[in-house]
Amino acid sequence: MRPTDLTLAEGLEALDKREISAVELTQSFLDAIERLNPRLNAYITVTGEAALADAAASDARRAKGEARALDGIPLGIKDLFCTEGTRTTAGSNILGGFVPPYESTVSANLKRDGAVFLGKLNLDEFAMGSSNQTSAFGPVENPWSRANDPEKRLVPGGSSGGSAAAVAARLAMGATATDTGGSIRQPAAFCGIAGIKPTYGRCSRWGIVAFASSLDQAGPVARTVEDNAILLRSMAGHDPKDSTSANLPVPDFQAAVGRGVKGLRIGVPAEYRLDGLAPEIAALWDQGLDWLRAEGAEIVPISLPHAQYALPTYYVVAPAEASSNLARYDGVRFGLRENGSDLKDLYERTRARGFGAEVRRRIMIGTYVLSAGYYDAYYLKAQKVRALIRRDFELAWGKVDAIVTPATPSAAFAMDEKQDDPVTMYLNDVFTVTANLAGLPGLAVPAGLDGQGLPLGLQVIGRAFDEETVFAVGGAIERAAGFTAKPGMMA
Amino acid sequence: MSLDAATVRRVANLARLRLEETEVEKLQAELNGILGWIEQLQQVDTDGVEPMAGGAPVEVKLPWREDAVTDGAQAEKVLANAPDREGEYFGVPKVVE
Repeated sequence: MRPTDLTLAEGLEALDKREISAVELTQSFLDAIERLNPRLNAYITVTGEAALADAAASDARRAKGEARALDGIPLGIKDLFCTEGTRTTAGSNILGGFVPPYESTVSANLKRDGAVFLGKLNLDEFAMGSSNQTSAFGPVENPWSRANDPEKRLVPGGSSGGSAAAVAARLAMGATATDTGGSIRQPAAFCGIAGIKPTYGRCSRWGIVAFASSLDQAGPVARTVEDNAILLRSMAGHDPKDSTSANLPVPDFQAAVGRGVKGLRIGVPAEYRLDGLAPEIAALWDQGLDWLRAEGAEIVPISLPHAQYALPTYYVVAPAEASSNLARYDGVRFGLRENGSDLKDLYERTRARGFGAEVRRRIMIGTYVLSAGYYDAYYLKAQKVRALIRRDFELAWGKVDAIVTPATPSAAFAMDEKQDDPVTMYLNDVFTVTANLAGLPGLAVPAGLDGQGLPLGLQVIGRAFDEETVFAVGGAIERAAGFTAKPGMMA
Repeated sequence: MSLDAATVRRVANLARLRLEETEVEKLQAELNGILGWIEQLQQVDTDGVEPMAGGAPVEVKLPWREDAVTDGAQAEKVLANAPDREGEYFGVPKVVE
């Protein structure tokens, strides 16, 4: 077996048994990146020298018997996490040359535990997109392809498309990602890997380039549910620098993965049976519920009556917060500057040049819904509907312990099947976005293939701060699915 | 509600985004498409509903920290990414004549 084929858990074991050194492991991944990244475009920046130096330091710690939780594990970091001394672009021209003088809390936590950073991963510009085609550094390609049309290039999903593609193609053992409306779970599903958006507040947002602050949450992507659990334990934890970070202990998520689902009540929301849901997705969903039933879970029909309003709610709240957060990019303190005849002209030219079309569109929507005369009709209304969406879940938790749905309404689509209409593109997040609005944890697990041989995922949603049950259900689905298919393009 | 071209220009001005005249029509159509779709929120009965503020799944009180200086004297770090600087200040075009 090639070192890049090891799961993260297997990698830790191999390092502990001295079957491989951290330097050798890191070098295998750097070689794989050199070979495949020119095609996949998953990494924007590769930090090979620093990675090898960190790996050597890790080997030294292990030799002294001082190995840490993730010592020597090569990871990719979504280029939305500020990394001290390493360019951080957010996939945007406006931050094309930005080198943060500080480290995000999540990446600092991973470093504290000995992880080795291979580089910074591509993403939709400012995490706004579901296909990775809005990145100023070019699109990422999905390492999977259709059985009957292998030449057709597919999208990896977004916004964490670089993270998901890198992990699926074995260009990293795991990666950090962020999820504002589905940006961890949708690309994980499109690339046949697992990814969890934890409860809002579980991971610190400090040092992560902000998109929509009340929705953004960091999480891992990795090939297995267990690997996600290992990574999340390191990433999570209270941070006084983020006032919305929860001051709660971080459980042993890994222990929960094998717990099983006996006696658990699994909710199935009637409203997610969308008209026109692809028959393959509907069948996979039924299959997943059968697996859980066979493992001793009880399947319970539930209702989330306001779920149908989740996407339009999101497309008021997220752009509103984005327009406010992105006001800081003005060409004065950091990032791109376009000179102008006066200060206002400088701002306007810098922002028009620095932001891509999707970001400009969302800033415009956000500015409009927050503007005098429209605030109540759009923004306030959306915040009230959001409260109803959250209440639907609170009522559901009286009846069930977790909810299982499809992760996406389709398998990965092709790069040239361009979804010209923004609303069509937004529908990719129809199953994932409710968890962001309600602040709940959601896990995507690869569960099967469609007729074209492309991966499809299921989603597990849980109670706030009950990632353990989410991991238990996800682990059970993973074991039953026995997903062993591999992408065509792989190290 | 439907956005006219003048409103598109006004919003772009509020957002500090320079808009070329040739972009107005396309953007107007896109924004109206999105806003038309968002209109469906008006169907929801929200009478008496408290708007949700923030992303926390349960109402949590914002923590307070001690009002103490914990940081500072990092001019070089703060200015490290500045496109233009004058000594320890950010440089910008003349604002006051």
